[in-house]
Amino acid sequence: MAYKHTIDQQTFSFPDLKSVLAKASPFRTGDSLGGLAAESNMERVAAQCALSEIPLKDFLNEALIPYEQDEVTRLIMDTHDEVAFQEISSFTVGDLRNWLLTHEVDTQKLSNISKGLTPEMVAAVSKLMRNQDLIAVAQKCEVVTQFRNTLGKKGQLSVRLQPNHPTDNLKGIAASIIDGLLYGSGDAVIGINPVTDSVDIVGDQLKMMDEIRMQFEIPTQICVLSHLSTSLELLDKAPIDLVFQSIGGTEKTNASFGINLGMIQEAYEGALELNRGTLGQNVMYFETGQGSSLSANAHWNVDQQTCEARAYAVARHFDPLLVNSVVGFIGPEYLYDGKQITRAGLEDHFCGKLMGLPMGMDVCYTNHAEADQDDMDNLLTLLGVAGVNFIMGVPGSDDVMLNYQSTSFHDALYVRKVLGKKPAPEFEAWLEKMGIMDEKGERRSIEASHKLLKPL
Amino acid sequence: MKSENNTPIKKDPWEDLKTFTNARIALGSTGNAIPLDEVLQFRFAHAKAKDAIESELDIVDFKMEIESWGFPVWEVQSRVNGRNEYLQRPDLGRKLNEISEKELQESQQEFDLVFVIADGLSANAVNQNAIPVLKELLPKLEGYKIGFVLAKMARVALSDPIGILLKAKFVSMCIGERPGLSSPESMGIYTTYAPQLGLTDERRNCISNIHSNGLNSKEGASLLFYLIRQSFAKKISGVAIKINLKELLED
Repeated sequence: MAYKHTIDQQTFSFPDLKSVLAKASPFRTGDSLGGLAAESNMERVAAQCALSEIPLKDFLNEALIPYEQDEVTRLIMDTHDEVAFQEISSFTVGDLRNWLLTHEVDTQKLSNISKGLTPEMVAAVSKLMRNQDLIAVAQKCEVVTQFRNTLGKKGQLSVRLQPNHPTDNLKGIAASIIDGLLYGSGDAVIGINPVTDSVDIVGDQLKMMDEIRMQFEIPTQICVLSHLSTSLELLDKAPIDLVFQSIGGTEKTNASFGINLGMIQEAYEGALELNRGTLGQNVMYFETGQGSSLSANAHWNVDQQTCEARAYAVARHFDPLLVNSVVGFIGPEYLYDGKQITRAGLEDHFCGKLMGLPMGMDVCYTNHAEADQDDMDNLLTLLGVAGVNFIMGVPGSDDVMLNYQSTSFHDALYVRKVLGKKPAPEFEAWLEKMGIMDEKGERRSIEASHKLLKPL
Repeated sequence: MKSENNTPIKKDPWEDLKTFTNARIALGSTGNAIPLDEVLQFRFAHAKAKDAIESELDIVDFKMEIESWGFPVWEVQSRVNGRNEYLQRPDLGRKLNEISEKELQESQQEFDLVFVIADGLSANAVNQNAIPVLKELLPKLEGYKIGFVLAKMARVALSDPIGILLKAKFVSMCIGERPGLSSPESMGIYTTYAPQLGLTDERRNCISNIHSNGLNSKEGASLLFYLIRQSFAKKISGVAIKINLKELLED
């Protein structure tokens, strides 16, 4: 269906829904690279005006990517919850934005409509929202998940401890884990990105982490962020708490990652059967990021932020413990600078939360992007205010394996302190018991004789 | 400001763990923050990486050196103009600009091996590492007809149009890798047998991490020599060629 909007006697027309969405997106280099961005600032605002008047129902009638040719579209359409949609079914995209911001729409109400929203509706409304709107609405959402601890309650901010090593050296990884734990990180997960994705190496890493976890009775979960097929092979051979996978918003993107929905389902069921969670059974960990679909030439001319939101539909089907966008990792041809990375980070967090995901964020950048630690401080603080479930903790914010910069253990302490946030309650109690934090949440001085320093 | 007494900095009593990893652990703290010395060291590493991205190929030096070896050398540029465009338009970095296209076309020559020396994301990496690798390699390559191309604003796939226009059987591109904080000057080498337009990564072999703390020039050269021989024997490059360490050691 075609859409148009007239400003100052100039009429802008858009051949279909996906072109309105693409042209209404705040500028980012990836959409320009894909030839999808608005050609002028005027056209962008005209597209936003047109978008604001589109009924939400149109999104149920016009698939951006053909139903017959894309299993993600089928998942979105087939699992759409008509009952949850009822209350907002007469809205336009613009009405939805205004409604979301009202005081009457609270945590419960947002949770009630969550499954009535398709990712395209959520992406659409985010394009009409300013950064403060994205923060204000996300802050009202609460998505709680459990495995061995409780993540995502209001007032909490958790950390994935990311102890990567350039040659997968187990002692080197353990050294970073100890460092992170002694700085109060690791309640979301202790998660390694392996250099070599092989059954042997990943298995050894899992065993080493599980020994540390059990030896010190740490109420958290462990994960090696290997390919899902490696985890599947290891299900009965190594201690797997969570199954990890990078996912995208189209069937073709997922094919480029070597996966499909059937494989995720198999891994999900396999991990559930292990029954290793003590408090809950959220057993999946997903990573996403704007630009992955275009980069795999799998975007069907859908803009990168809408593709990203569609990945969240994949994620929510499997009740994950953790989902995060790796927002600045993709590089400047998709997100050029601190401004674009900041906007994308807030969009991703908002869209994920509104869709009911336990959304975290890898607040990060590469050296060829026009960004630095100041931009990360800004985005970290904004996401803290928005209520992000978790962030990354990387020693000194320098990942020596993946060669990019994220947030540090120190950064996590900063954002908890300035915003009054706490770790997961079970982990917080452990930090106190271990003499790492005092009852006020301040970090204690650690002696050389500390228990955690013994094994290495 | 640097007084030893009364410092608010709390040291971490696990500095010995640094022997196991080059990660930035045991940094200590002041309040919740990283101590200033560490912050400044980080900033220095980031500055080096940023400067590496802005660096340019030493065209004159390369030309003199290669001509002294007696090989023909061309200078080309992709369709990118300027560093900002380079970073935003990888598609343009994979195509030759018109002048370059014409010059290579007019060469009317055929080669067995074409070596492309390209800036990529760190020209400094290539300025430092390309010549030493080539000096190790070239004596082993008697009997091959060899040409050189210096390429500015280049992405890896620019080696395809270059190889096609010079009718090369095999193209090898030395290119600056994305600088990391601990390796701002790291060079990669990508090899392609029978270059064509539109090839993707699985048709190329890659030697990564050639820099002062990574692979040295001798190791880089022997890996590259191995790939050249494998490619000419099997008439292919990419995933079909696995680096067999045993064969490599017997070289």
